[in-house]
Amino acid sequence: MNIEAIKSIYFFEMARTRRTLLQSVVSPVISTSLYFIVFGAAIGQRIQEINGVSYGAFITPGLIMLTLLTQCIGNGSFGIYFPKFTGTIYEVLSSPVSMIEIVLGYVGAAATKGLMIGTIILLTASLFVDLSIAHPIAMVFFFVLTAVSFSLFGFIIGIWAKDFEQLNLIPMLVIPPLVFLGGSFYSIDMLPPFWQAVSHFNPVLYLISGFRWSFFEVSDVNPLFSAAIILVFLTICLSVLAWIFRTGYRLRN
Amino acid sequence: MAPIVSVSNLSKTYASGFKALKGVSLDIEQGEILALLGPNGAGKTTLISIICGIVNPTGGTVLVNGHDVVRDFRETRSMIGLVPQELTTDAFETVWNTVTFSRGLHGKKPNPAHIEKVLKDLSLWDKKDNMLRELSGGMKRRVLIAKALSHEPRVLFLDEPTAGVDVSLRKSMWEVVERLRASGVTIILTTHYIEEAEEIADRIGVINGGEILLVEDKTALMSKLGRKQLRVDLSHPLEAIPETLSSYNLTLEGDGHCLIYDYDTSAERTGITSLLAALAEAGVRLKDISTRQSSLEDIFVEIVGAGR
Repeated sequence: MNIEAIKSIYFFEMARTRRTLLQSVVSPVISTSLYFIVFGAAIGQRIQEINGVSYGAFITPGLIMLTLLTQCIGNGSFGIYFPKFTGTIYEVLSSPVSMIEIVLGYVGAAATKGLMIGTIILLTASLFVDLSIAHPIAMVFFFVLTAVSFSLFGFIIGIWAKDFEQLNLIPMLVIPPLVFLGGSFYSIDMLPPFWQAVSHFNPVLYLISGFRWSFFEVSDVNPLFSAAIILVFLTICLSVLAWIFRTGYRLRN
Repeated sequence: MAPIVSVSNLSKTYASGFKALKGVSLDIEQGEILALLGPNGAGKTTLISIICGIVNPTGGTVLVNGHDVVRDFRETRSMIGLVPQELTTDAFETVWNTVTFSRGLHGKKPNPAHIEKVLKDLSLWDKKDNMLRELSGGMKRRVLIAKALSHEPRVLFLDEPTAGVDVSLRKSMWEVVERLRASGVTIILTTHYIEEAEEIADRIGVINGGEILLVEDKTALMSKLGRKQLRVDLSHPLEAIPETLSSYNLTLEGDGHCLIYDYDTSAERTGITSLLAALAEAGVRLKDISTRQSSLEDIFVEIVGAGR
């Protein structure tokens, strides 16, 4: 294992976060605060409680997931796409580094950034609402596995994308609707039966539901099922990556 | 001594169907400077990219110091440094960070003293804290060389390293190359500047259309294919070559003001002495005499032309 290389890639990527501190950290904090003001304060006055949880607290896990998914996909894809775009990828490809080490470096950094921002949002949220975490281990499980698997997903997008439009397609167009329709701001019990059924096809519902359960012990679906879904997603991402490594798809062709 | 790089029957066909390499075989000796010459699209960069691990080969094998570049990539890639053709740099990184990154990527523990030496050798030391986007093209090129040398490679590939670099910088880069060779590093370079290959290389390889047309010792190549010309400027123009000189391989140029004599340097007799005597006998008055050896460029054009 080329530990020096993993460290080099990881810290090189983390250095970018330091350089872009304002947009990386401050902007998610501001947007989360806005969500709390708009949803928590304005709409929350009318909804009061869902399943015994105050509305402001209820939406917190969903808000963290929204940012976690977009940040992890964004960082994971940009980290590998940018060297492809500028041409500096030649150096990584000509180094004595296995693809697993490349992934550990890039995806590790992307997941770390996502977790950092997720934690910042959690702390920001605690300024607005009373938060308690009923199952801390389960919370960390969902938090870390979601960050890792969506950073992997982002990495795959970064390898697949041929231009910036493709790079932004999924994080901008696919993820926000899935998160908004995945019960971030409501319980799916509040939807008509038809839309409840449709919601069950949305994988993000399971992530948010499981994550929320770890906080408040309330969920739309069985938390074990949520854990299974995230593990299945992780397995799919790892399988696709294994195929990419074997074939050199869009990297060594 | 076994070759440091051994390429056998290497082929590459891209997804588009383009055959970039068609069964290339080539041995590179330890410690030599090999210049690869070839027109654009000849397959030079593809060949280098496969040896360095950037592109997967379609067929054939490459061994570096006895290790297969695909199977034993860790051994081979840690021995190789690559300076790419394009000026690809991380615009927002500092010179120091980007060179240190390259060393780490090759699995070497940090060694600030070595990085300092490399940067000083390439006259980059005073720029070490500058961002790469602040540097000129020539400096970026030197940064790429510094990155390639950061992990102390035994084999260095320079893919057109002096393209777009001014004359003085080019000279200082060749001095660095000479120093590296003196320290035992094997150097493979591609260049469009044939006079550079002529000046610096030990051996010349010519590649065209995905095939190696020849690989030969530079001096042997020059003497084998090198023709020499004697140019005689005349005081008074001639209308035709005098009968008595017809046995010589002469051509009349410059409206009769100049005689050109082609001769073979490797022949036992060049015929110059007798030609000059014959000219004096024929009453031809000479103004000036000069000789010119055909350059590697002439040879290159001849080989590539014949291959078409």
